[in-house]
Amino acid sequence: MSSSAAGAPLLAAQSLSLVRGGRELFCELSVEVHGGQLWQIEGSNGAGKTSLMRILCGLSRYGFEGEVLRSVTPLYLGHQPAVKALLSPRENLQWHVSGEGLYSNEQIDTALARVGLCGYEDVPSHTLSAGQHRRVNLARLFLSEARLWLLDEPFTAIDKQGVDETQALLASHVDGGGAVVMTSHQPLQVTCNVHTLNLVHGVVS
Amino acid sequence: MSAPHTGQFCALLLRRQLLLAMRRPIEMGNPLLFFTMVIVLFPLGLGPAPDKLAIFAPGVLWITALLSNLLTSDAVFRSDFDDGSLEQLVLAPQPLFLSALAYILAHWLTTGLLLALVSPIFALMLNLPVSALGTLIVSLLLGTAVLSLLGGIGAALTVGLKRGGVLISLLILPLYLPVLIFGTAAVQAAVTGTPSGPYLAILGAMLSLAIALAPLAIAAGLRISIDA
Repeated sequence: MSSSAAGAPLLAAQSLSLVRGGRELFCELSVEVHGGQLWQIEGSNGAGKTSLMRILCGLSRYGFEGEVLRSVTPLYLGHQPAVKALLSPRENLQWHVSGEGLYSNEQIDTALARVGLCGYEDVPSHTLSAGQHRRVNLARLFLSEARLWLLDEPFTAIDKQGVDETQALLASHVDGGGAVVMTSHQPLQVTCNVHTLNLVHGVVS
Repeated sequence: MSAPHTGQFCALLLRRQLLLAMRRPIEMGNPLLFFTMVIVLFPLGLGPAPDKLAIFAPGVLWITALLSNLLTSDAVFRSDFDDGSLEQLVLAPQPLFLSALAYILAHWLTTGLLLALVSPIFALMLNLPVSALGTLIVSLLLGTAVLSLLGGIGAALTVGLKRGGVLISLLILPLYLPVLIFGTAAVQAAVTGTPSGPYLAILGAMLSLAIALAPLAIAAGLRISIDA
């Protein structure tokens, strides 16, 4: 745990334990996420990464032991892109069900341009590829003002350049005092310090 | 760029749901076509004698409206669950029961309201007296709103299941019964010339109760379905 981070944690998990299908996925797991930290949750398939993310963001409220304290409303991006095929990328962001913010057309255009969807703002989303759906979802990171980001496999179906750009975005969010908790199988290449939470071995710096 | 307040957010959800419905006009037309087909079956099964049909008309119209509502309630949250939008809705800072109410309102506007508006055509096909048409429309307007709210509870509870269609029928059909009883009674009273006001008042009372309580049950159901 970083001792440099000051103030109350944005997210604190206290002695989390989860058993699924008779198998203990994690036990007495405690973690504090402060502003300016990037946490990567590691573990093989089935290690409980997504279950942990759902507990941390508040989607799972029962079936585990321990407590999660959130001092800010997190932005959660899950496995599903939450992009409606019948709406255009612009409409998807403008009327997003997360109720996060009301964005102007310029803000949405800028965000979509940042994820490489310039020119796709007003086409129906069902004409876009799976990777482009994920990119529409990632555009929320450019719009959001949330300090805490919980990202479950954000790089799935994203091309190499997109991964690099997203990693740069994560680093700048962390540099700006935000915090990121993410799962990914890829090693992160970011300028900031990465805290790793390995679900098999417990917490490693 | 602050988060939309609750009223704004509900209006936004309503607009989004209505636009989604507009982009799938066939799904909006399906319940109406179903209504048409089932109404056409009755003269074939019961015989085309106009007197006989007029006796059965209130019940036939109401049962068909109920079934066509049942047919669509499964889909209220289905696509949002499949593409992950529902997770985001559950995590939204705005109260979930009001968001759920916006979804149900959109569902009613695209099913119950349309059905009530076209019902006079089918009522005339079944030889329902013209004097009862007004009562039929009002009873369907009130009743289908209750059905949409109750159907929403079933939809929220079964949205996590792969094949929730049969289960949702078993769950909510018993709850539909009071609506069917008083809806049919209102139309029958109008046919016989007795006052239908009391029945419509009871339907209105059911609607008030459902508006107050169903959204809470829907919100709880959605949280359970997302959690599972």
